[in-house]
Amino acid sequence: MSLPPEHEGSEQPELAIASTGLTKRFGRQQVVDDLALAVPSGSVYGFIGPNGSGKTTTIRMLLGLVRPDSGSCALFGKPMPQAAGGVLPRVGALVEGPAFHPYLSGTANLRRLDAADPSSDSATASARIGSALDRVGLRAAAGKRYRAYSLGMRQRLGIAAALLHPRDLLVLDEPTNGLDPQGTREVRHLVAELAAEGTTIFVSSHLLVEVEQLCSHVGVMRSGRLLTQGPLDELRTLTAPRFRLQTPDPAAALGVLATLEVPDAAADADAVTGTLAGLEPERIVAALVAAGVAVRSFTPVTATLEDAFVELTGEGFDVSG
Amino acid sequence: MSAAEKTRERRVHRSGRLFASELGLMCGRRRNQVGLATLFALVVLVGVALKVSAMRRPGSRGGDLVSAVAGNGIYLGFAGLTIEIALFLPLAVSVLAGDAVAGEANQGTLRYLLLAPVGRLRLLVVKAGALIVGSVIGAMVVAAGGVLTGVVLFGAGPLISLSGTQLSVADGLWRLALAALYVATGLAALGMIGLFISTLTEQPIAATVATAMVGTLLWVLDAVPQLDWLHPWLLVDRWPAFVDLLREPVFLDRIVAGLGINAAYGAVFFALAWLRFRGKDITS
Ligand SMILES: Nc1ncnc2c1ncn2[C@@H]1O[C@H](COP(=O)(O)OP(=O)(O)O)[C@@H](O)[C@H]1O
Ligand SMILES: [Mg+2]
Repeated sequence: MSLPPEHEGSEQPELAIASTGLTKRFGRQQVVDDLALAVPSGSVYGFIGPNGSGKTTTIRMLLGLVRPDSGSCALFGKPMPQAAGGVLPRVGALVEGPAFHPYLSGTANLRRLDAADPSSDSATASARIGSALDRVGLRAAAGKRYRAYSLGMRQRLGIAAALLHPRDLLVLDEPTNGLDPQGTREVRHLVAELAAEGTTIFVSSHLLVEVEQLCSHVGVMRSGRLLTQGPLDELRTLTAPRFRLQTPDPAAALGVLATLEVPDAAADADAVTGTLAGLEPERIVAALVAAGVAVRSFTPVTATLEDAFVELTGEGFDVSG
Repeated sequence: MSAAEKTRERRVHRSGRLFASELGLMCGRRRNQVGLATLFALVVLVGVALKVSAMRRPGSRGGDLVSAVAGNGIYLGFAGLTIEIALFLPLAVSVLAGDAVAGEANQGTLRYLLLAPVGRLRLLVVKAGALIVGSVIGAMVVAAGGVLTGVVLFGAGPLISLSGTQLSVADGLWRLALAALYVATGLAALGMIGLFISTLTEQPIAATVATAMVGTLLWVLDAVPQLDWLHPWLLVDRWPAFVDLLREPVFLDRIVAGLGINAAYGAVFFALAWLRFRGKDITS
């Protein structure tokens, strides 16, 4: 991890991104509402929420493109947007899709962005541009005009621009939009690789499955509010695992479950369900069998993150706002 | 050299790199090349028209600049500036200026420049610099196109100054170059108005149209006699003063006043552009 020395050995784990009370209104709509993000250095943080939940607006505020109405945010402890000039060279970003000059080639576009960064050295530009293009598999199309690029190639060029320098933080706003399954896999692989090198990754998505395998941390957005954030495992436990029991004698089964203090056991037409609530499945089955209740099948139902997400947002993936 | 000086030199060098990129983008754009070719073609067209009419009525000679062209091709450089100063040159600058910030915003490239991070003031300075260069190129192309066409069609020779004395060919060309630079300062000032308008919108066409309309409106106001108290304060009022360079000795009063007005407009509108742009939410 290439953090500057003054940050080493601090008591708290350093936060790559921190915000307090971050709020933004567009017209009458509260787009981002009192956001307190905490993205630990070295984490892969999945920022998930349905379309229109305020992810991109949040990212714009974090990067100093949009001014918050109230609240503040900081990258590596430096306030944004005041410290933009010093901090942004350490940050690579893809915000709301790629955008380049249509009549310039991929290489020429990257060269222009490199020229825009006063901290970057023109002597090493060609080498850095070449390796960024290699990294996203775009070397073969580097000389083509951007307007001739497919959606997936454009997305790759956007990621290449974020990789022009070694970065401490990568902010990727829906990086797999428009990519085919193969491209999606490649991006995931690339993110994992960069994370392994120590880069903090902040990746937004409206598709939970996309980040689930990738992330160490998640934050869940809904209608501009951060519903929860933390290590992924903690979020999983938010939804307690349940079980599903099939038996010819549901009434007796409910009696046994009551003695085991299963909080919400209930019987419907074909099964008895309830929350495991810390009980091992084998204990429940043993108790049932000991009480003479016939057990046809007993299935623990582990919650997916998807379930947790739906439970949190209450609405699944519908557009909000 | 101290470390601070080195850092400073590197920073200047690196802003030079961005400036070169900006000029490359501006000059490489097909639309801008076509626009420049049009400015050139218009002078050629005027030259040809004058040639045709001179061949039809060989005897007649008016006293104004345009008819003087028939006697000496170098005058076509001045005539070209006179003809294009009211509409075509301002239009060309409006296209460049309208595109400056709004074009990048419209494409979404603005957010990536800012994330590079380019620095908002640095970007605005580079954009303004490119507009100044574009103004100079535009005025120079018109002047040079005039001279080339004029010399090919009518031949070259010593000029008669507006005061009646004779000027050598070299002297005449020098004065034409200065006239083009003077015109360019006015165009650049209009460019700063366009730069400001360009920070107000994400639609480059809207910014271009608005800037061209401001330019035209200024000419209209300048032509209304009832508003003569306002005329000295209008940006375009002293633009045609470049013909004073054809006097002997050169008459500088109007040109100096014109430079002052151009500089004032340029500075005020650049400042407005900065005030608008420095805290602007980039939502494109
Ligand atoms: N420039 C803007 N003006 C007005 N409303 C906006 C603007 N940008 C975004 N919004 C609104 O803010 C909400 C959040 O948008 P966004 O941050 O893009 O969400 P997400 O990235 O999660 O899909 C949406 O309802 C959107 O319509
Ligand atoms: Mg978005």
